[in-house]
Amino acid sequence: MIERTPILNIVTHLILASGLILLLLPMYLTIVAASHTLNDVIAVPPNLLPGDQLWVNLTEAWTKGHLGDRFLNTFIVAFGVMTGKIVMSCITAFGLVFFDHRLKMPIFWLIFITLMLPLEVRIVPTYAVAANALLPFQTLLDLSGITWLISAVSGIEVKMEWNLLNSYAGLIMPLVATATGTFLYRQFFLTIPEELVEAAKMDGAGPLRFLWDVLIPLSRTNIAALATIMFVYAWNQYLWPLLVVTDQSYAMVAVELGRLVPKLSATGGEVPKWHIAMAGTLIVMLPPILVVIFMQRWFVRGLINTDK
Amino acid sequence: MAQISIRNVRKSYAKQEVVHGVDLEVATGEFIVILGPSGCGKSTLLRMIAGLESVTSGDITIDNRVVNDLEPHQRGCAMVFQNYALYPHMTVAENIGYALKVAGLPKVDRLARVQAVATSVGLTEFLERRPGQLSGGQRQRVAMARAIIREPKVFLFDEPLSNLDAKLRVQMRHEIRRIHNHIHATSVFVTHDQQEGMTLADRLVVMNKGVIEQVGTPEEIYHRPASVYVGGFIGSPAMNFLSGQISAQDSAVVLANGAKIPLPVPLAAAHDGQFTQIGLRPEELALVPAGKGAFDAAFEFAEELGAARLYHFQFEDLMLTVLSADKPAVEKGKPMGIRIGAGAVHLFAADTGKRLSAKVGSRERELV
Repeated sequence: MIERTPILNIVTHLILASGLILLLLPMYLTIVAASHTLNDVIAVPPNLLPGDQLWVNLTEAWTKGHLGDRFLNTFIVAFGVMTGKIVMSCITAFGLVFFDHRLKMPIFWLIFITLMLPLEVRIVPTYAVAANALLPFQTLLDLSGITWLISAVSGIEVKMEWNLLNSYAGLIMPLVATATGTFLYRQFFLTIPEELVEAAKMDGAGPLRFLWDVLIPLSRTNIAALATIMFVYAWNQYLWPLLVVTDQSYAMVAVELGRLVPKLSATGGEVPKWHIAMAGTLIVMLPPILVVIFMQRWFVRGLINTDK
Repeated sequence: MAQISIRNVRKSYAKQEVVHGVDLEVATGEFIVILGPSGCGKSTLLRMIAGLESVTSGDITIDNRVVNDLEPHQRGCAMVFQNYALYPHMTVAENIGYALKVAGLPKVDRLARVQAVATSVGLTEFLERRPGQLSGGQRQRVAMARAIIREPKVFLFDEPLSNLDAKLRVQMRHEIRRIHNHIHATSVFVTHDQQEGMTLADRLVVMNKGVIEQVGTPEEIYHRPASVYVGGFIGSPAMNFLSGQISAQDSAVVLANGAKIPLPVPLAAAHDGQFTQIGLRPEELALVPAGKGAFDAAFEFAEELGAARLYHFQFEDLMLTVLSADKPAVEKGKPMGIRIGAGAVHLFAADTGKRLSAKVGSRERELV
């Protein structure tokens, strides 16, 4: 519906502007709070103009929150999730779209079901698996009686253990195993004309060659879109790192931010240092914002799928 | 250069059989066109030769080697697809050279061969472009070049011209024929366009509902269609069909309204009393004053074709068309006599639809 009347124009612009203000106001308040001393921040009435303490607060937040180490950890995890996700969803979708086999639909539905079970819902079993990644196999062996059989025959007790707590693998793998990326790729692969696949067959390209030479170059925008989403998603993770990491050398930024705002009970009645917390927030927000800004063009193209 | 044998090949999808036992021999260097309406199994047959579809039963051999279980690229076939199927992210040069790249040919040799092939199809100035920046005809040429560069023994074409406009189609048709003469590969070309089939083919294969109706040179197929189906499918404007009964006494076919169409004596004698379908090509009929022809028919309307005119008549409950280069003026509703040229009558059995011919001794000889 495209209508152009002056009144409608004004109304739509008002709606847009109010939405923008609604979005930017918290950001602005964060910047304001990050640029004052503690006394100015908690003053009533509140200061609505930025102060001159921004750099001081930023440096304090950086050192106090060990943000240097946390940034490195978070970058490693975010990149791990991003690449792991892209590789896995690409290969899974490839198998689902271009090969005909009996298990195609069951596998597709199994993946589909995981969409309804995000990490937050299955966090307890996921933690159990992270504590011992071989637990599912151990359970299978126990239930099928193979453990019993082996111990009866050889006297060896089968006990498999692979602990993922306090490791990058433990942080990354559960975040990689979700279905969204697979769907994005599947939808894209379904638009590839059958004749293109056949032309590649006639040219002698095997499946992997076809994936590498044709599908991956064609899905560059998809990769960019997925990379952006996954980077931001992994960067902002809070609950899972909080749970799986007890060793602070693996801590991630979002968790650290929570610690910058100490609880009243823990500080013995001292006022929380909001100005430092806000300064830390500013630093932590920066990488996802930069990624989105740089990837925006690709990101949009990848999602609307017009680049063909 | 290869000879292809197709022996009793069948293809079923689930329970449904779509190709019902096809036998075909293609000689080395021959240009074969498989012609038929959509859904007749012609593309399926081609794709079975290419290796893109599995063969349910029967054998396909290329140069006396059974290729049923070989991968497409091991069969020495190259294929040109209807929608070109070019790789959209590669340049023209990369598209043409991709098969060689997969085969592991060094880059220098590859570029030299791409250059040579591009020259032969007139694509040298477009090598750095992408398929999206080319016109339909140029894309078609890239698809051809991609097939040529593999130096295939067998060239397969799956309706490659149907996405082009009429003028370009004729031009590409000539080009395909020129390339065929130049590289001497055995070619199998699938189309539903009879003009394409007639002009390109050394031999035509007419298919219908999963079986081959007739194999022969375009001339044979036009002049001696083996069945009602082939007669009606080949030729434009389409053949007229009238039903009647053969009478040896009159040495003619007697139509429902009593009109008689004369037949040669041996032919009438061989099939006395049989119900028949007579095929009459519009171009073999002539217009004469009422009462002077084999029968009279009421004129309905005419279509101007430029060099000739197409007259439509009402005859019994059928429409009858006559193609006349003389373009006589005719009034609507007025009866005209229709004269049948010598040797213009094609007789088909009314029940089986097969062509009827006279038997002389033990040999079947065509007398019509």
